[in-house]
Amino acid sequence: MARLSGLQREVLSLYRKCLRETRKKPLETRNNFIAYTRAEFRKYATVSKKDFNAIEYLLRKGQRQFEIYSSPGIRNIR
Amino acid sequence: MAALRTTSRLFASSKPLFRPAVFARSYATVDAVSQEPNPSETPKIKTFQVYRWNPDQPTEKPKMQSYTLDLNKTGPMMLDALIRIKNEMDPTLTFRRSCREGICGSCAMNIDGVNTLACLCRIPTDTAKESRIYPLPHTYVVKDLVPDLTYFYKQYKSIKPYLQRETKTEDGLEYRQSPEERKKLDGLYECILCACCSTSCPSYWWNSEEYLGPAILLQSYRWLADSRDEKTAERKAALDNSMSVYRCHTILNCSRTCPKGLNPARAIAEIKKMMASH
Repeated sequence: MARLSGLQREVLSLYRKCLRETRKKPLETRNNFIAYTRAEFRKYATVSKKDFNAIEYLLRKGQRQFEIYSSPGIRNIR
Repeated sequence: MAALRTTSRLFASSKPLFRPAVFARSYATVDAVSQEPNPSETPKIKTFQVYRWNPDQPTEKPKMQSYTLDLNKTGPMMLDALIRIKNEMDPTLTFRRSCREGICGSCAMNIDGVNTLACLCRIPTDTAKESRIYPLPHTYVVKDLVPDLTYFYKQYKSIKPYLQRETKTEDGLEYRQSPEERKKLDGLYECILCACCSTSCPSYWWNSEEYLGPAILLQSYRWLADSRDEKTAERKAALDNSMSVYRCHTILNCSRTCPKGLNPARAIAEIKKMMASH
């Protein structure tokens, strides 16, 4: 695999962080969280890797969503 | 039940007799409708260039969109123009506003290169020049003219902006101040945290993670100067590092831009004085 840029590594680490967070969710709904995480990242897979502004914005947005959805009060997602 | 109803009807019928003055009063909304703009005036067409960016299309670049308004049919303030654009021309235009009289600090934005409140900024009558409206500089944009002030509020929280006191007064009543002590808070308590000053400060642009910025330092000094607060030493200790206060290089953009006419630079200077003397 080619060497990744800093931004690419940031995106991957956010992705891993989100997937890791799904393990704290109840077993019955865990797959929903995993599917949601994957769908959210897939949605922007077409963004050009040179479009730094967009990627940085999406990272901030992702971080915000991560903080909201990682609260233990949220048990399911669709 | 029947008896109750008759009495209430009696009261209702007797009411006008007791307060005829109320009926003479005219209502503001009625006035506004009857006031039609004078059609004989020559139209004053002005162009507004407004920053637009939609988070739903993150790959699209931010752009300036121009709107033209007739100033004769618009209120005198920038906020009136923006509201008119939103109501009549483009409902997708997004901005924060609330009180429309400079007391809430919601409509802080960069108008013709100056951070100010749209509701306190008159539309320049020079129709040849176009007005350019941007969100507050060096902030993350949520949408169009809406800045993300989360970190600003987090910093405000970090200075503990509330009265900290262990001891009660002797008589157990309120904490009293002399008029002189109260006078120290004038020019500090009026701050509405609109973030105009902080986002105009170059030092804050480059060090916003650690430097608190003029707005927060003004609030910080507001609690340092309060005679009722007993945690002055702790507050000073929390500020005693190279970043929190000392990134202020007296650029004075804060005092120049403050839409409320306050002087954050003076408050920062006072903090520096307090820190130096202890």
